[in-house]
Amino acid sequence: MTAPLLTIRGVCKRLGGLLVSDDISIDVMSGEMHAVIGPNGAGKTTLLNQIGGQLIPNAGVITFDGTDITALPVQDRARLGIGRTFQVPKIFASFAALDNPAIGILGRKGHTFGLWRTVRKLPDCEAEANAALAAVGISDKALAQTDLLSHGDRRLVEIATALAGKPRLLLLDEPMAGLGRDESLRMSALLKTLKGEAAIVMVEHDMDAVFSLADTVTVLAHGKVIASGRPEDIRNSPQVRTSYLGADDDV
Amino acid sequence: MSPSFLPLRIVIVCCVALAIAALAAFGDQTVLRFASRVAIMGLAAVAVDVVLGYAGLVSLGHAAFFGLGAYVTGALALLGYHEGLVVWPVAIGTATLAALIIGALALRTTGVYFIMITLAFAQMFYYGANAVPGLGGADGFRLPARSTLAGFSLDNPRTFFLLCAFVLIAVLLFARRASFASFGYSLQAARDDAVRSAASGIRNYWLRLAAFTISGAIAGLAGVLSANLTLYIAPSSVLSWHLSAELLVMVILGMAGTLYGAIVGAAIFLALVEIISHYTDFWAMYVGIAVIARVLLLRDGLLVTLRKLVTP
Repeated sequence: MTAPLLTIRGVCKRLGGLLVSDDISIDVMSGEMHAVIGPNGAGKTTLLNQIGGQLIPNAGVITFDGTDITALPVQDRARLGIGRTFQVPKIFASFAALDNPAIGILGRKGHTFGLWRTVRKLPDCEAEANAALAAVGISDKALAQTDLLSHGDRRLVEIATALAGKPRLLLLDEPMAGLGRDESLRMSALLKTLKGEAAIVMVEHDMDAVFSLADTVTVLAHGKVIASGRPEDIRNSPQVRTSYLGADDDV
Repeated sequence: MSPSFLPLRIVIVCCVALAIAALAAFGDQTVLRFASRVAIMGLAAVAVDVVLGYAGLVSLGHAAFFGLGAYVTGALALLGYHEGLVVWPVAIGTATLAALIIGALALRTTGVYFIMITLAFAQMFYYGANAVPGLGGADGFRLPARSTLAGFSLDNPRTFFLLCAFVLIAVLLFARRASFASFGYSLQAARDDAVRSAASGIRNYWLRLAAFTISGAIAGLAGVLSANLTLYIAPSSVLSWHLSAELLVMVILGMAGTLYGAIVGAAIFLALVEIISHYTDFWAMYVGIAVIARVLLLRDGLLVTLRKLVTP
């Protein structure tokens, strides 16, 4: 039994008067694909934000690879190897697509105060950035300005940026949201290739994707973990069916 | 840069070199004085563009750094220190230190709060300079003489103009270079999306602080040159918030985020003021109209629009 890569213990987060994370405890193993599902407002993104560092819990402890990261600033978590994408893709809009993963590389290496050497001429930088774009399948758009790309391509650019940070843990917030049919298929295929490269915590509403890809599924409702386990167990859990998947048998 | 721009680039470099040479060779005292002023304000506008265009922050406090550069130069001149190799680093160092301290505090905020805090700090220096005994208060004071540089006199307006032009071009080239290096890239990433850049391991605060401090140093250098050009310093001319605002107008007039645009903007702004103020006291109104026209009609900025017209 190896130690989990990420442990969340008793995490609580209050936003205003609302308890958005209520005593959450989760383990994520190395290389595991861990899906977090639940109805809107269940606190899925809030949980992801606490792992990524965009929010700090009011109580509880988060450890990553043995390090307590509960209150660590976002950029330090990134350098420890926690990468993420956001529900609405966040990109460097004025940059060419290729320069987005380049920022991921600079951030990972902590090489951000160079005043002289042109970024694209840094050793391996352009090759690595191109490789990141190739990994998500948009090499052909490397030199396009990012804010002119479609929603789906922006999401791919953001994933490439996160991958360029060589994360050991990748947080994906609804990677399938807002994608067309073809794009969804491509994204599923991409997620399959990412599986095993890094541990992944993925918030997702697309149940086909969740149940075909995830090793573990955690169900949140009203900020609480109501179930966590293997996909087939979750699918058959009566409690999950009533609270989320819908009471009808034909789900 | 695509190959089709290359000839245009060479043309521009040649034109600039020719213009500087022609000014130095044929310009009379008035022309040289005006050209020096354009170079100095262009330098200060470049400093503002580092913060505005690359860090994405509106500073209304750059007069503080410009003014500190000028005041320290002037105060040391009053004490009998004229050697630029000693006086200028002290003056620039003071402005840099002020930028570091003000930036460290102001950068904890963004948006309107950042504007207000930078303005508030600059106003402290403005009123401070009014109150310091021996520096003429609100009336300001005259410098006894221009600095020397390694013993060489800068009294010849031709020499002084060439120095200003050289300093401006050196700073511009350095800043352009840095904008394509990892510092410039990371800074612009933080400007485009600070949440995303942090999630990629970028230390936004320190990058912005470094940019703000470098910007303060450049503004301080401009202040040093300004004091040597005018040989007269008053709070209203080098520390007033109007100066901060005018620098912003210059950058926007030329095109923020390009650095050279700031210089073009400074030249247009000063030329407009120079010409229009011959005819009317209400020159500011016409400059205002020019800014509105630039923002509405030339959204890509003057230079990019020209480039589009020139290159098919």
